[in-house]
Amino acid sequence: MNVEVMREYLPLYWRALLLTLKVGWIGVLLAFLFGLICAVTIHLGIPVLRRLFKIYIELFRNTPLLVQLFFMYFALPKIGIRISPEVCGSLGLGLLGGAYMAETFRSGLEGIPAIQEESAASLGMNRLQIFCYVILPQTISVSIPGILANVIFLLKETSVFSVISLMDLMFTAKDLIGMYAKTIECLTLLVIFYLIMLLPVSILGSWLERRVRYAEFGD
Amino acid sequence: MQSLGIDVLFKGKNFIRLMGGLWVAVRISLISVVISIVLGLLIGMLMTSGNKILKAVFRIYLEIVRIMPQMVLLFLVYFGTTRVFGWDLEAETSAIFVFSFWGTAEMADLVRGALISIPSIQYESARALGMKESQVFLLVILPQAVRRLIPLSINLITRMIKTTSLVMMIGIVEVLKVAQQIIEANRKASPNAAFGLFGTVFLLYFIICWPVSRLAAYLEKRWA
Amino acid sequence: MNQELLEIRHLHKSYGEHTIIKDLNLTVHKGEVIVVIGPSGCGKSTLLRCINALEPIQDGQICIGGESIHKDDKNISEKRQKIGMVFQSYELFPHKTILDNITLAPVKVQKRKRAEAEKEAIELLGKVGLSGRKDDYPRQLSGGQKQRVAIVRALCMHPEILLLDEITAALDPEMVREVLEVVLDLAKNGSTMIIVTHEMAFAKAIADRVIFLDQGEIVEESTNPKRFFENPETDRAKKFLDNFQYEKN
Repeated sequence: MNVEVMREYLPLYWRALLLTLKVGWIGVLLAFLFGLICAVTIHLGIPVLRRLFKIYIELFRNTPLLVQLFFMYFALPKIGIRISPEVCGSLGLGLLGGAYMAETFRSGLEGIPAIQEESAASLGMNRLQIFCYVILPQTISVSIPGILANVIFLLKETSVFSVISLMDLMFTAKDLIGMYAKTIECLTLLVIFYLIMLLPVSILGSWLERRVRYAEFGD
Repeated sequence: MQSLGIDVLFKGKNFIRLMGGLWVAVRISLISVVISIVLGLLIGMLMTSGNKILKAVFRIYLEIVRIMPQMVLLFLVYFGTTRVFGWDLEAETSAIFVFSFWGTAEMADLVRGALISIPSIQYESARALGMKESQVFLLVILPQAVRRLIPLSINLITRMIKTTSLVMMIGIVEVLKVAQQIIEANRKASPNAAFGLFGTVFLLYFIICWPVSRLAAYLEKRWA
Repeated sequence: MNQELLEIRHLHKSYGEHTIIKDLNLTVHKGEVIVVIGPSGCGKSTLLRCINALEPIQDGQICIGGESIHKDDKNISEKRQKIGMVFQSYELFPHKTILDNITLAPVKVQKRKRAEAEKEAIELLGKVGLSGRKDDYPRQLSGGQKQRVAIVRALCMHPEILLLDEITAALDPEMVREVLEVVLDLAKNGSTMIIVTHEMAFAKAIADRVIFLDQGEIVEESTNPKRFFENPETDRAKKFLDNFQYEKN
């Protein structure tokens, strides 16, 4: 293994990492938002929207991100919808993740016993107050392990961004291997950089999971 | 409005080629799933035996699989082995190897989870009835664990199928690659074919995965 | 003592084909303590849930302070503020501290000043012997402590009537007393309450009026609890109380 070569490639990988992180985390944020909106809409039983969101969830949970990105990036321009690779990456990840987050929040919501809602109602709270002060905070806290698992899953999924010509880590590695054939160096850097990207989240995940398991407050 | 590629889809052998590509993806995932389930069951049962070293090794294996994107593993095996060991693995063999490596870890963890989720009082009450350890496991614990396990393993199938879409990145001609080739070939005659073709691939994946994941959800609910 | 607070007329409650409460009439006066007893499944908990409009009713009317209350009322949450309820399973909010559990509704629903609500909450906590626990979370408390907090949470809304639904049923025996003493204190201070319970000695001590409910009907009603428990008039009540003796021994 040639350390000199690796040092030479380093800036390229850093640039790719920053781009991946940016597009990836915006995607995660969108996923959180989409998921919450879907879960709440379905929970409250808002007609029509509820149906639509359920279809969306099924569609995006049962197709690969790669195919979703191909469709968004190469097919949509044919009907006049043109988006940049970065927007496509974040939006694609957000849509995929939204479908997963929605399921996580939904099962969290289902886990809150109905009598919690009733006890809030017996204190004179209206539906909105019950939802905002009692149901939602509990839902989010029981969902934290699921949310973190989704975040890791989504950040891993960023590895297909190269197909929409985003210069991410995979793109950089593949490009360098193709040009200079320093395969081992390139692959080693690839692994190291994915570790840099994912290890902190994974460690944070297991730490948080221990802390908030079963939404136990007060430790 | 110009044609959006539906005509191209049914021109000549295009549709059959597309289905052929789909079969490549499904074949790779089915082979990988079978390997994963068999190895996963074995490793998962070993994990509950309580051997500390085994546990630590498995923990590391699982962490690697959890953290590294399958895409990276695919690159490591496909490009890396040629370099390091001088093997010239076929793309499909590398893919099956990587997906089985990933699936086995996931499956083993599911098996381990299902086994330890059976409360220890179940073991105790079976022993109290005078059963031997093998009987306790085969007659009492395993049947309960399998019930929890089946929906989860079915879910693994859909995850595997979706992940298989990655193999186009190491040059395997599966459904997405076939679609790309068809679009290229008809670039002049039907410049908008990308919409119809990629839309079709999207739907094909959905048509395969959706019923399987519904089945898993149904079983999970029924056997909960 | 004679002001009518709650009036139930011809209440009918059913789940599909299954009738839970049929043609039930009950008037509760200000300051009165009503104890409802009866075999499990007799509809006593459902009665409390109907009064608080947590359940839709099929027929009849429930009036609180002269105003009818129904699950589908537009201003149902305002009406519910007049009624406090304590559940068997406490139902404190696990994500809020004890103090926040108590002040959440006064601040958010009644729009009272936080400082004022907290002052009252701490005072009430002191009365039930828990002022030191205000910053703890519910899971750090024992069942008996949680239930006392739940009572305080209901009281802090200044309800006109308090509904207690088997509030000691989930408690370990040694914790029952600390909760019941709080309730006895409330009765002494003139609170209006409807209490569903299986604690017969407690019922005898606290009730102004005992109601024996069986199969959705009031079978026996007595303003002399001592006589009711020692010598009930109806066979069904006698049988129920006898069974109870047997279970207890």
